Amino acid sequence: MYPTKYHKPDSLEAASAAMAAAEDGKILAGGHTLLPTMKQHLAAPSDVVDIRGIAALHGISERGGALTIGATTTHAEVANSAVVAAACPALCCLAAGIGDPAVRHVGTIGGSLANNDPAADYPAAVLALNAMVITNRRDIPAEDFFDGMFTTTLEDGEIIKAIRFPASECGSYSKFPNPASRYAMVGVYVARVDGRVRVAVTGAGEDGVFRHDGMEAALSAEFAPDALDSVEISDDGLLSDLHGTAEYRAHLIRVIAKRSVATC
Amino acid sequence: MSDGIGARVKRKEDKRFITGKGKYTDDLRQENQAYAAFVRSPHAHAKLLGINASEALAMDGVIAVLEGGELNADGIGNIITGWAITSKDGEPMKCGAWSALAVEKVRYVGDAVAIVVAETQALARIAAEAVEVDYEELPASVSTAGTLEPGAPQVHDNVPGNLIYDWEIGDEASTDANIAAAAHVTEIDLVNNRLSPNAMEPRSAIAIHDEAEDHYTLYTTSQNPHVARLLLSAFYNVAPEHKLRVIAPDVGGGFGSKIYVYPEELSCLWASMKTGRSIKWTSDRSEAFLTDAHGRDNVTNIKMGFDENNRITALKIHNTANLGAYVSLFATVTPTYLHGTNYSGVYDIPAIYGNVKAVHTNTTPVDAYRGAGRPEATYMLERVVETAARELGVDPGELRRINYIKDFPYQTQVILNYDTGDYVATLDMARASADVAGFPARKAEAAARGKLRGLGYASFVEASGIAPSAAVGSLGAGVGLWESAEVRVNPVGTIEILTGSHSHGQSHETTFAQLASDRFGIPIDNVQIVHGDTDKVQFGMGTYGSRSGPVGMSAVMRALDKVEAKVRKIAAHTLEASEDDLVIENGEVKVAGTDKKMAWHEVGLAAYTGHNLPPDMEPGLKEGAFFDPVNFAFPAGTFICEVEVDPETGVTDIVQFVAADDFGTIINPMVVEGQVHGGVTQGIGQAMLEGVVYDEDGQLLTGSYMDYAMPRAADVPSFVVEHGCTPTPNNPLGIKGCGEAGAIGSPPALINAITDAIGSNDLQMPATPLAVWQALQAAKSAVAAE
Amino acid sequence: MATVNLTVNGKAVRRDVPDTTLLSEFLREELRLTGTHVGCDTSQCGACVVHVDGKAVKSCTMLAAAAAGGEVTTVEGLANGGLHPMQQAFHDNHGLQCGFCTPGMIMSGVDMVNRYKDSGRELTEAAIRHELEGNICRCTGYHNIVKSIQDAATKM
Repeated sequence: MYPTKYHKPDSLEAASAAMAAAEDGKILAGGHTLLPTMKQHLAAPSDVVDIRGIAALHGISERGGALTIGATTTHAEVANSAVVAAACPALCCLAAGIGDPAVRHVGTIGGSLANNDPAADYPAAVLALNAMVITNRRDIPAEDFFDGMFTTTLEDGEIIKAIRFPASECGSYSKFPNPASRYAMVGVYVARVDGRVRVAVTGAGEDGVFRHDGMEAALSAEFAPDALDSVEISDDGLLSDLHGTAEYRAHLIRVIAKRSVATC
Repeated sequence: MSDGIGARVKRKEDKRFITGKGKYTDDLRQENQAYAAFVRSPHAHAKLLGINASEALAMDGVIAVLEGGELNADGIGNIITGWAITSKDGEPMKCGAWSALAVEKVRYVGDAVAIVVAETQALARIAAEAVEVDYEELPASVSTAGTLEPGAPQVHDNVPGNLIYDWEIGDEASTDANIAAAAHVTEIDLVNNRLSPNAMEPRSAIAIHDEAEDHYTLYTTSQNPHVARLLLSAFYNVAPEHKLRVIAPDVGGGFGSKIYVYPEELSCLWASMKTGRSIKWTSDRSEAFLTDAHGRDNVTNIKMGFDENNRITALKIHNTANLGAYVSLFATVTPTYLHGTNYSGVYDIPAIYGNVKAVHTNTTPVDAYRGAGRPEATYMLERVVETAARELGVDPGELRRINYIKDFPYQTQVILNYDTGDYVATLDMARASADVAGFPARKAEAAARGKLRGLGYASFVEASGIAPSAAVGSLGAGVGLWESAEVRVNPVGTIEILTGSHSHGQSHETTFAQLASDRFGIPIDNVQIVHGDTDKVQFGMGTYGSRSGPVGMSAVMRALDKVEAKVRKIAAHTLEASEDDLVIENGEVKVAGTDKKMAWHEVGLAAYTGHNLPPDMEPGLKEGAFFDPVNFAFPAGTFICEVEVDPETGVTDIVQFVAADDFGTIINPMVVEGQVHGGVTQGIGQAMLEGVVYDEDGQLLTGSYMDYAMPRAADVPSFVVEHGCTPTPNNPLGIKGCGEAGAIGSPPALINAITDAIGSNDLQMPATPLAVWQALQAAKSAVAAE
Repeated sequence: MATVNLTVNGKAVRRDVPDTTLLSEFLREELRLTGTHVGCDTSQCGACVVHVDGKAVKSCTMLAAAAAGGEVTTVEGLANGGLHPMQQAFHDNHGLQCGFCTPGMIMSGVDMVNRYKDSGRELTEAAIRHELEGNICRCTGYHNIVKSIQDAATKM
């Protein structure tokens, strides 16, 4: 790694100040992407600001079926949360399937979302559930948050505080893992929120997570796996790599979406 | 004796590993230690126009940046290959020169250009990135088959058409005649995918130069420290052999990849002299993907002829083997004498012809990897036999059975002479364990759930116990392939066995000790195995090619014979008895039928006090032996794999895997079964998950575990392992090697099962979900088109 | 430089190290606890797994400074003399060959058994295989690792 300065502030204000003072600061919220990238010299931030010492960013609360999950809450904490299990069990399943047990003990929801890896799982939940990303500056609706592969609309120095998931009637997440990385090659979150069906697909899109209008319309008409059989799923804009061509991913989107609906 | 031959003795070496006290190379630290990192080519093929290290050298803590020109000026030799192959036209092979640090040209992504030495590892890597290298990019030749095409970029000027050799084995005329006359011919084209070995411990080296003594020490991740020393001294001129100590401490897996002396180890040793510092280099995984010798990478056409009774009449193979940018140590023999000699497999085939072209490409060098040539041969044979069974409408087990070799010894058409075997026995064992009879019902049940079940066989035989020295010498080998041992009985009766074999997971500290325990009836804890240090152990050839049992243990047995002979003389003298009346058991030497005896430690003491030895006997009790096998040993067996394929996703679930092997005498079944589990899993990895992929410019696309799929626990089932036993007469133990068998037999068993499940034979390794799904789609389209 | 205070295997340690020092480097190079191994650079092989505050983590993907104040247990500190049941089970079931992945396997094994016991779930063979997603072994084919963890689970 190139030298860097590590900070572990205990308040958001201190974190913001550290980021503002840094020539090229990076937020550390888990590090399972940032640290390997730094090890490989693909990133060399002047400062690393670890926000896990800020108590206010951590924890899970529920009100009227809506969940607020602090940015530094780990995948394991979400997976094992009785509160989440009661309000949104699919979110537990999703978190329980991220990476491996050791990764889940350290990786966090805020870190995952800020990184917006096109193969990450959480973006599918956030988009399908129409969640709100709450930062130190504003509330960003999911629709406005994701901005292409590894890109979000977060501004310089803007820090995710929490994610607020509205109450959902039902939801389910299934994924097809990449045989090597085990990241999602296709992950589909199907949810019913405010009486509307929302379908978000991760792992497959060149621009990261996306909603699928055709599947949403078909499922709104009839909420059943077979309703997806006739939906057109284009391979335009889908990723193509060693483990999955765009055509295969398009096929898998249907298969995985049907499995999600079946378990919804 | 409970610790003897055949006992499931728990491992003596475990304790240090399970408590974190193992000592691998990177765990060691030397005084005055600096760290190395390498500047590597980002291009697959380029002219090297210049290196500017001034920025790196200006960094505080950077000690040196050393280049290929300096290395050559110091007389350091090029990296060699150990086996000269002659082409079918009688011409010697041609291969390009391999300088440890590139000069003039780079020829693959990762080719080392300079070594950077710095005070810390982090700094060495940062400084390596700061070294500016001026390249002029050249077109790269990447494809195994394409590199022979006219107009393909030339990897080395002295290797026209990138053809290293054009080798043949067998008799083409009789093979062609039999194919022409065959009642049925099955022909398929296969790709044997390129693999990265991925021993979990990355390669590492610590080089130490003692200026006062002009003596060098190299700690390194080696499967064969004496071979490393020989290469570094006699061939690379880094240090004379008596001034170089090579130590391979605990080594975390090898699988072939740690046989070789690579540019990095060589460069560190040289740089330790240049800088006056001890130098440590440890590869990271990304570097390992770029530089550890890859395995396999063959493209093959295979034809098999049958008569009207479904007897195989002929086999014809055209194989192209990609050896990469430079020819590594065992690279040339892997697709020839370790491969073509296995073309007969377990079958009685009257006519065989094989032609192998070895080629250069702008890719990482390819060399022996678990099985080395034999998995490739077995894969082609077992895929073509299974395909033929389907075409002929014959049960695949039956087609194999009627074609098996049944009389031994058996002279194949491709040099090898098989020792012993009972292929029907292991076939029957596997069929029973796999409940082949119940398969149709299981297939129907799976179909009811929308899943496709398939069953695949593979029968294999391989030449293990590498190798009879005179025979390999006559075929071009640069070294002999015997093994050495020394048995030292101490004055208190404890024993040290010094072996030239090297354990990097194979459990030698236990199984080699079992030999002495068995022989003298002493507890295994009183036997210590010493290996891996050229200062401690006599010259030995190391561990690869399933040779530690058949060759390494045989050397121990010969040394034990000599010790026993002397023990008998001492005891007969002391007990005033005839040697013939002596029995050695339970740690005592007894005179049969009397109560006269010596305890084992008393014999040791008598030997070393020398107070009362037979006339003319030298004191001491230490004997050595070099064992050179008269022939290979031929482990064989049948694997049966059952899979369930999800047609919606192409995902394959291995629901059962039965391995019925015949390894002859087994020293420790627990250890042998562990070798089978690991070997089978590596083969499953090759067949279903793993594959090194380059893009057309020669950039490595599978450079980390993010893209290179390693077998994980959930990818494999628990295995059923059975043992047949036909001991070999070719070594004193009757032992046939077990290290590679699993990796040899499992790829075709799995692919045969998947192709059976999906009803399409058009599938190459690795059978990833994508590949299986595509095969299913293609089969559907083909049906629709008809 | 960062001052890192940690409790490692029950002992308080304090070192001044570069901010970039990974926990794996801190353990191996500063404390010379070399049982924690590094087998990849993408956080996948699991040879580096240790416990931080009772949870399995990949020490190659955690800054030492980020773990400061915490309690770290490595394979060297798993047992108070003698062997931990998981270590014993790996020996009894031939759960290791070259030994390189073994410390990570053992630490992950202990973590998974503890988690399953705490939540009252059954640790089946399928569950063990799934839980081992982040630990790669090249020698054993996992067969005996799975058996070892099953065995230890009955004794922990």
